Amino acid sequence: MSPENRNYMPESDVVGLNLKETELTLGLPGETRVTTDTGVKFGTKRGFSETIDLNLGRSNVKCHDKVCDDELENDVLGGATKSLTEKAQLVGWPPVRASRKNVMKSCKFIKVAVDGAPYLRKVDLEMYNSYQQLLSALEDMFSCLTIRNYLSERKLMDPANGVEYVATYEDRDGDWMLVGDVPWKMFVESCKRVRLMKSSEAIGLAPRTHKNVQAQLRKSLSQASLE
Amino acid sequence: MNHKRKNPDPSPDSDESTTQLSSPFPDEVLERVLSLLNSRKDRNSVSLVCKDWYDAERWSRTHVFIGNCYSVSPEILTRRFPNIRSVTLKGKPRFSDFDLVPPKWGAYVHSWLLLFATKYHFLEELRLKRMTVSDESLKFLALSFPNFKALSLLSCDGFSTDGLASITTHCKNLTELDIQENDIDDKSGKWLSCFPENFMSLEVLNFANLNSDVNFEALERLVSRCKSLKVLKVNENMTLEQLHRLLVLAPHLRELGTGSLLQELMPRQHSELKSAFNNCKNLNILSGFYEVTSIFLPVLYPACTNLTFLNLSYAALRSDELSNLLIHCPLLQRLWVQDSVEDEGLEAVGSNCPLLEELRVFPASDPFEDEILHGVTETGFLAVSYGCKKLHYVLYFCRQMTNAAVATIVQNCPDFTHFRLCIMNPRQPDYQTNEPMDEAFGAVVKTCTKLRRLAVSGLLTDLTFEYIGKYAKNLETLSVAFAGSSDWGMECVLKGCPKLRKLEIRDCPFGNAALLSSFRKYESMRSLWMSGCKVTMDGCRLLAQEMPRLNVEVIRECGNDGCQADKLYGQERMPHLLFSLFELCTNLETLSVAFAGSSDWGMECVLKGCPKLRKLEIRDCPFGNAALLSSFRKYESMRSLWMSGCKVTMDGCRLLAQEMPRLNVEVIRECGNDGCQADKLYVYRSVAGPRKDAPPFVLTL
Repeated sequence: MSPENRNYMPESDVVGLNLKETELTLGLPGETRVTTDTGVKFGTKRGFSETIDLNLGRSNVKCHDKVCDDELENDVLGGATKSLTEKAQLVGWPPVRASRKNVMKSCKFIKVAVDGAPYLRKVDLEMYNSYQQLLSALEDMFSCLTIRNYLSERKLMDPANGVEYVATYEDRDGDWMLVGDVPWKMFVESCKRVRLMKSSEAIGLAPRTHKNVQAQLRKSLSQASLE
Repeated sequence: MNHKRKNPDPSPDSDESTTQLSSPFPDEVLERVLSLLNSRKDRNSVSLVCKDWYDAERWSRTHVFIGNCYSVSPEILTRRFPNIRSVTLKGKPRFSDFDLVPPKWGAYVHSWLLLFATKYHFLEELRLKRMTVSDESLKFLALSFPNFKALSLLSCDGFSTDGLASITTHCKNLTELDIQENDIDDKSGKWLSCFPENFMSLEVLNFANLNSDVNFEALERLVSRCKSLKVLKVNENMTLEQLHRLLVLAPHLRELGTGSLLQELMPRQHSELKSAFNNCKNLNILSGFYEVTSIFLPVLYPACTNLTFLNLSYAALRSDELSNLLIHCPLLQRLWVQDSVEDEGLEAVGSNCPLLEELRVFPASDPFEDEILHGVTETGFLAVSYGCKKLHYVLYFCRQMTNAAVATIVQNCPDFTHFRLCIMNPRQPDYQTNEPMDEAFGAVVKTCTKLRRLAVSGLLTDLTFEYIGKYAKNLETLSVAFAGSSDWGMECVLKGCPKLRKLEIRDCPFGNAALLSSFRKYESMRSLWMSGCKVTMDGCRLLAQEMPRLNVEVIRECGNDGCQADKLYGQERMPHLLFSLFELCTNLETLSVAFAGSSDWGMECVLKGCPKLRKLEIRDCPFGNAALLSSFRKYESMRSLWMSGCKVTMDGCRLLAQEMPRLNVEVIRECGNDGCQADKLYVYRSVAGPRKDAPPFVLTL
């Protein structure tokens, strides 16, 4: 048997075989082992540790799983506020039934009503980072309205009839407040539902006077712009 | 109309009277007495006494409970019990509630209904849990049983509201329609309108988990007609106004599920509602509470005096809201809340509910998404244990726990029968000492001698399972996730825990050695579930071979594309023989080796020793090219060498062929799927044999 016919790996001898190169594969004879750019190898067997040790903690992360996909998708759309934590989203954890999982997820969905409109919309406050974003979304949702940043107040207007709306919300204690009264995060925590009220009715809202409200609003707006 | 059983004629000359103990009283009397027995455990014991009692019992049994629908067949059931009126059937493994079982796994109710239609024509009640039910099945049910009275569905799937419409349309004697949490195709609320206008027998109506609107007028008429209505649970679309009207019509309700309570309450409405609740003198159980605000809760206070069970698990209450409510609930025995109430809320529980027996605290939000740390800790649980001495059932989702706290808790409440603790971050240690939570669960099993159900969590070593195996004498159900250090843990549980019936394990380092350590144990258990563990196909096959009356099912997750079809894939290596011994086997001619050895060195020893070796056959050992090629010349003096499932590669074989041109080196190429790692293992005992409706991804061994 002449040496020229031997299929030596240049840098190895018979005993010290490059094990990586000779990982078991059941591909056709003569097939080469290919490593793609991503490091994925075709036609190779997983090492012992990969087969036996199922990488506990990440074991049931299946990216084709619907739950996982939905969550990832929401993450992308949701903007900057939430980032995927280091722990992968585990399938079936914590162990609660699907109906309860839905409750856990949708805890920041709130109903939005517009005076005079016959329908309600639901909005996920988690998707926004600021009042400005929320109002833009409301503007999109109730397409007849446009944002009017008049006198630094957050108002929406229906250009068709000139009616002005003010965004108000009901908090956990059942009080109706002006949207923008409190810092954004506090608003998200406490808001139960939103109502776009006609400006004319909004005067004298809650215990604060109109003047105070304006001052509060300006203050929170400038705070918001600093965040 | 009961089927009469035929008694053998008791003749005085028969041998039986002299050689056997005959019943001291006639069979009819025995049957009458036994018909008063309700507990199925008692009935099972009775049936084991003697043949007469077995017969009497089977004729008198009217309710049957089947914990695993595949453990017995409809034929076997109907043959043994001819007079059944009420059936409870459970199907899928419990982890299917958490998406760990793929769809179309099985547990179809239809084949049961088909046989029931002929054998149990007078069936009255059907309670299904984790079964697959189709609209067709529901229609068949509605049309086949003229006396049908009660339907209860929990965690079922495969049906829609159309199926419900069949029930409400055709079941003239319906008393109970209990649709709990299910995976239902919620098309419309029309099913409610299908009750005939003269229908009056309803006692239980639960549609709390259906979202489609029902016709309120139809509901109102139904409630006013059904004078015996005891349980009414409406869905979240019901307004306060509607709730008020219903309460006025049915003040005799025992159990009420409210709708969404998020509406503006005018003062007049407020007092009207309060007065309506005040009139509900029989109210024991309250649930619902989707989206509730503080101002609403006081309306309930008058109704709370007789409350024994309050289910607030869908309401994200704050601690003060809960506190104010609980002051009015002195008789409370069961409480379900969300962890939004925090430790302070639980302190209020401890202070106000001395009769509390069961507490469940559910997570209000996804622990992986919630940036702000809320929820409950060991403090809340401790507070409850100090105030509620009768506590025996707890389900507690928390973000942190300590060994010391749990030890104190079980000192305060030693009568736990169900202890389900879920520390939501997998493998989290005692947050104060940073140690594993072994001692916590050790304390639980040592102190709570009546413990029947246990769920463990947090960082746990095998020590936890040593404790469980040693002390948990009454344990029947054990749930384990992300725990343990080695096979030893699971072995301890299987060798201890004499009353163990259900064992469900996910993502633990337990493998074949553990699985196979106590074959006989599985005979006394209902089922075993293992997923994300270290068990392999060969281990499962071995179990199936050893225990032919067990149904061993493997759910295959990896598709054909992803699989590396390789017989070695995921094989367990059990160190057995000391190969160096072979150097001394001077006369050895044939050697067969399977699942043995630790490295190439073993095979090298054999090839270098054993001068008379002629046949060497090896399967599933970690011998590779180095071993194969270590002694070329050896093969010249041998008849044959067989290696399969080892670490040899094509290149090694080619090299050997090149080196030894007078050897025939053949490689047999396999592309089957059997080399897959056993992803999920489900094992249970059955007298019905392997099931015939397994889907393709379930491998029945």
